[in-house]
Amino acid sequence: MANQGVNQGRRRFLTASTAVVGAVGAGFAAVPFIKSWLPSARAEAAGAPVLADISKLEPGQKMTVEWRGKPVFVVKRTPEMLELLPKQDPRLRDPNSDVESQQPSFAKNPTRSLKPEIMVLVAICTHLGCVPEFKPEIGPQPFDHEWAGGFYCPCHKSRFDLAGRVYQGVPAPTNLVVPPYRFPDDHHVLIGEGPKEAA
Amino acid sequence: MANSNNGMLGSLMAWVDARLPVTDFYKHHLSEYYAPKNFNFWYFFGSLAMLVLVNQLLSGIWLTMHYKPDATQAFQSVEYIMRDVPWGWLIRYMHSTGASAFFIVVYLHMFRGLMYGSYRKPRELVWLIGMVIYLVLMAEAFMGYVLPWGQMSYWGAQVIINLFGAIPVVGDDLTMWIRGDYLVSDATLNRFFALHVVAMPILLLGLVVIHLAALHTVGSNNPDGIEIKAKKDENGVPLDGIPFHPYYSVKDILGVAVFLILFAGVIFYAPALGGLFLEHDNFVPANPLVTPIHIKPVWYFTPFYAILKAVPSKLGGVIAMGAAIVMLFLVPWLDRSPVKSIRYKGMLSKIALAIFTVSFVTLGWLAMQAGSETQTLVARICTVLYFLFFLLMPVYTSIEKTKPVPERVTK
Repeated sequence: MANQGVNQGRRRFLTASTAVVGAVGAGFAAVPFIKSWLPSARAEAAGAPVLADISKLEPGQKMTVEWRGKPVFVVKRTPEMLELLPKQDPRLRDPNSDVESQQPSFAKNPTRSLKPEIMVLVAICTHLGCVPEFKPEIGPQPFDHEWAGGFYCPCHKSRFDLAGRVYQGVPAPTNLVVPPYRFPDDHHVLIGEGPKEAA
Repeated sequence: MANSNNGMLGSLMAWVDARLPVTDFYKHHLSEYYAPKNFNFWYFFGSLAMLVLVNQLLSGIWLTMHYKPDATQAFQSVEYIMRDVPWGWLIRYMHSTGASAFFIVVYLHMFRGLMYGSYRKPRELVWLIGMVIYLVLMAEAFMGYVLPWGQMSYWGAQVIINLFGAIPVVGDDLTMWIRGDYLVSDATLNRFFALHVVAMPILLLGLVVIHLAALHTVGSNNPDGIEIKAKKDENGVPLDGIPFHPYYSVKDILGVAVFLILFAGVIFYAPALGGLFLEHDNFVPANPLVTPIHIKPVWYFTPFYAILKAVPSKLGGVIAMGAAIVMLFLVPWLDRSPVKSIRYKGMLSKIALAIFTVSFVTLGWLAMQAGSETQTLVARICTVLYFLFFLLMPVYTSIEKTKPVPERVTK
């Protein structure tokens, strides 16, 4: 086609508007492809609450419950362990559980729990997702000379106290997550659903 | 092939060439692609990387014929390939050893570039495209390692995906989007399979094509770092250039032969290479409730993993690890030396490259250890040295005294 008599302005406008419409269309077309990576309806349905029997849990013991495929630790703390908790405060990053995403509002208290002696924690290190080890022994450990019992992550040496609160100077940035849970009766804990009155 | 202009074959080629430029392509990239005549040992690794890529594609296609990308069947199907499929063990070991071999040749190939200044003008894009290939290769290797669904597959995926969780605000949603579930699960395995066998290989092949297209536009560098195109004969052929084929195609066959001897040695006598190429924990099926005591990546990721671990902060560690790779992208603009090759650079550049190499290897070794306090300290020192190599490069390359560069390439 000859270039004489061409309206350059109109040609530029048509080219640009075609490109813009095309880009918007491509953007919309990308949405289903990106969204199809989100958890499927089946994966979401698998996140139902789990009921665990804690009647046989002795003081100082830990049991592991699977919830949404993640390990959840239920620990029955001894009075001695509970006594040591406030003493850890100066060595902790977030002693008062100020980071809201790490626990439901009902657990924003000194023991991070509904009942002081029962601790419920998602056992996934907040650093890179390893399962921390339960180290209830009180006394010097190779990784901490003033160990007051708690959780130790073997992957990158993050340390948490018996309320799942992270110590300073370790790679994990935040406290371990407390899942929503409630006690339907004295022998069971329902993990995945908060107390009726609490949010 | 190219010069026979008589007979049946000649007229057939003429017929094809009029429709598809086969002869042109052959001349441009092989028989009349002039490479410097002074290539040494370090110039084997580019063609070896191509060989390993072909090995991975071939063995990989065969593995997909028996592998099941399903969390309940994946581990079993790999064992099935190893025990019951005829020659399955060989094909699988070719693929797993090939992954490590790929990184060995690519690291040597990159080191060659650093030594001889192959990233310098006009080869910046050759280097950048090469770095993108390296990134895609890391993604490809990581996703491939997840597929056998052993303990290290599972927990490696958990740790690596959670690196994205360090990104402020969107981190948590991003990790869930990558996993497709609240935890690493069947959904994750299935999509990694799709990416590993379809998306990434296509990307990799495309990148290799443009890596070579850029290289064949600017021409190969050489150990002297001299532009051979500056001195041409009356036919426009570089005086120090020789046709890639047959000279280097034949030379590369020697490299291939030596490489294949070593490669076969590993496949037949030490396929796990003492836990380096295939980690012991990966012979245990994935268990989402138990973390192995000592999580470590495969050897080729260890230097960067050591940098991650050396920083006592989640976001800081991830940023440091990312920055360690970004540094490599910047090299073409950090090097201010008037000469390209280490041969003519001053003492400072030589010492810097030596320290960098030692730090990189030490970091790689440290990440495989349990990690005592001394080791953490050494890892921190090596991390600092790693970054200083790059950050101080504009300084030491411009203040040092360089040697005169000869007019023509040396022996």
